[in-house]
Amino acid sequence: MSVRNRPGCAGWGEAVRTIVVWCPDWPVIAAEIVDGYPAHEAVAVMHANRVLVASPAARAEGVRRGLRKREAQGRCPHLIVFEHDPGRDMRAFEPVLAAVEAIAAGVETLRPGACALAARGPARYHGGEAAAAERIVEHIAQQCDVEAQAGIAEGTFAAGLAARAGVIVPDGETAEFLSGLSITALGRPGLADLLRRLGIHTLGEFAALPGADVLGRFGFDAALAHRLAGGRLDRQAGAGLTPRRPPAELDVAETFDEPVDRVDAAAFAARALAERLHDRLGSHGLACTRLTIEAVTETGEELVRTWRHDGLLSVNAIADRLRWQLDGWLRGKGTRATGIARLRLIPEGVVEHLGLQPGLWGEAGEERDRAHRALTRVQGLLGPDAVLTAVLDGGRADRSRIRLVAWGDERIAHGDEAPWPGRLPGPSPATVYVEPIPAEVLDADGRPVRVGGRLELSGVPAQARIGAEERAVGIVGWAGPWPVDERWWADGESRRAARFQLQLADDRAVLAALRGGAWFVEALYD
Amino acid sequence: MRGTAIGSARSSVGGGAGRAAGLQVVRAAGLGGVVRTAAGRDAGETGSARTLPVLSGLRALLPGGGLRRGATIAVHTSSVLLALLAAASRAGSWCAVVGLPALSPIAAAEMGIALERLALVPNPGTEWTTIVAALLDGVDIVVAAPPGPVAPVVAGRLAARARQRGSVLMPAGAWTGADLTVAPVRGAWGGLGAGRGRLRCREMTIQARGRGAAAAPREVTLWLPALEGVLPPVTRALPADADSAPAIGAVPDVREEPAGLRRVG
Repeated sequence: MSVRNRPGCAGWGEAVRTIVVWCPDWPVIAAEIVDGYPAHEAVAVMHANRVLVASPAARAEGVRRGLRKREAQGRCPHLIVFEHDPGRDMRAFEPVLAAVEAIAAGVETLRPGACALAARGPARYHGGEAAAAERIVEHIAQQCDVEAQAGIAEGTFAAGLAARAGVIVPDGETAEFLSGLSITALGRPGLADLLRRLGIHTLGEFAALPGADVLGRFGFDAALAHRLAGGRLDRQAGAGLTPRRPPAELDVAETFDEPVDRVDAAAFAARALAERLHDRLGSHGLACTRLTIEAVTETGEELVRTWRHDGLLSVNAIADRLRWQLDGWLRGKGTRATGIARLRLIPEGVVEHLGLQPGLWGEAGEERDRAHRALTRVQGLLGPDAVLTAVLDGGRADRSRIRLVAWGDERIAHGDEAPWPGRLPGPSPATVYVEPIPAEVLDADGRPVRVGGRLELSGVPAQARIGAEERAVGIVGWAGPWPVDERWWADGESRRAARFQLQLADDRAVLAALRGGAWFVEALYD
Repeated sequence: MRGTAIGSARSSVGGGAGRAAGLQVVRAAGLGGVVRTAAGRDAGETGSARTLPVLSGLRALLPGGGLRRGATIAVHTSSVLLALLAAASRAGSWCAVVGLPALSPIAAAEMGIALERLALVPNPGTEWTTIVAALLDGVDIVVAAPPGPVAPVVAGRLAARARQRGSVLMPAGAWTGADLTVAPVRGAWGGLGAGRGRLRCREMTIQARGRGAAAAPREVTLWLPALEGVLPPVTRALPADADSAPAIGAVPDVREEPAGLRRVG
């Protein structure tokens, strides 16, 4: 198959003329832009204790990619090293993308530091591919003060290599351009090493191998690489660019001439606003799973609350939430909202609307919706933190194992899989007091039972008086002390306690703890 | 319970027009699946969607062998409460607990309750009635601990709401007008000795008394919690008398105690 360029045809195996804009040593440049590290000095970006990228000054001193930190610092003692941060790279790249978008539409980010766009449009507009590339590079330099290189070839892979070389490959000569390059340009070190040992050193030599044999001998990934080497395939995903879409403006806002102070008026406004938001999302083919409601009161106070939802928010769901929230703000206790002057809905957690998926275990449906509705309604009445769901974390005491999260928030347990020596095995008490109840545990002679530093008891627990009970109750069974010595390394957080299970003569069983010389009943096995 | 259903059917049979109007109301409210005539009930469908399942050990306690939707079942003590919720929760029902900050989710999870379908409203504040009513609209089982004495009017209104929406209202503690009151009569722990062992199992006798079909008190004795499995019946009583102190260290031997449970596997 010969490499041709047919305008407008971007099918599988046919590559479009592509401009790739590449900023050399981007992690180093990004660190200078964001954190102020001097990029002109000897700088190395490390990842997993190995050099990922080095600045030109560092390269001149012999710092190479893949070196260990100690080795790199040995070669260049004044080397500045810092950790790789992909988030930082992307943040710094965002203005560059904006600068490219100012010149040409349909920009796709390849990775932080490189982006691709179709060459045809800009080339026509600016009167030639060279002029377009020059214009883009110039604009980036002006806007962002960043040095960039552009390359044009057929397909993103070849264009990326052209950008590194800073050349514009003439139409139809991509295969020739590629054939002279080293096999390492494929970005597959393992494969490159193997091919080199087989005596294949350039992409051209590799491309000359029969495709079926490459697939049979080296596997699928190598077959893809083979097609790339021949300039035939535009990346693995097939042909064509998927341009970056600028984030759409999705918020809707309404300013009321007369501040809304009645719930029915608020409900009316809520409905209209919800419909507008839904239409706007719908026109972008989107739906949201979280909704932030922002209101400004007459007095200029800002009220913000975010609602989460387990599914996609429909018009009714948006309107309901908005109405409940306004209801809560206008009528709830402890709020000072007298009238609402301005309302804004900000959709968050925006996803592409593909229709609501049923739950994996078949629980999604009417019942779940009903339950969610009722619980969200209670959240509207009492505030989102009033309806909770429990997550079991790791821990020793029952109270510290229970973590309550607001209904609708993510339920992620922490440390539950770790061993917790000192945790009492089940069965667990059904009632765990929020505040432990003070108690007295006495031995047969009526003296309080104490536990020494070596966990020896001053006497056998014989009777207990819990809380404000008048009479002490006999103890018919007990076990302990089980020591708990937690967080002794942190000032003010250390907890020491000796725990006991006590079985009382009146059929009760309790979990008691001796802490700082005082007895408490922590839980009741009722 | 069943008595009231039959009663209402009889009265509606009395006047054909009234009955048609009643059905009209029912359909209009979208309650077609919830409200049925007694004739439909008498057809002998047990274990249908009208009844939420309970653990097998507790079936004998409840008329109909489960938690009838629309019923008000007052429950005493937390462990009995959790035991009643367990099977329904595991079968996919949604539960909400209002006003019980001390109820332990750990014990709930050990009993087999799905925590992701258990909503807790520990501090409902002064709007207790509103909250419970709102939850009855959407949640299958609403456990509600009243902050104080509840006026009979309010109690009746909440019970009516539960009946209308097909939810189960489960007041924690005494409740006037409850269809059924479930309370432990006695319990004896085993596993704890003098300075050794740990609490492992309890033999518990639970009694249910109520109105209508449940007028005669029913009792079951079971292990709650059990050494293994969930609520196996007591096949061998602890050697201690019910009213004397339970014998120390009376842990039933694992090999002989849950014999009834073994056979199931």
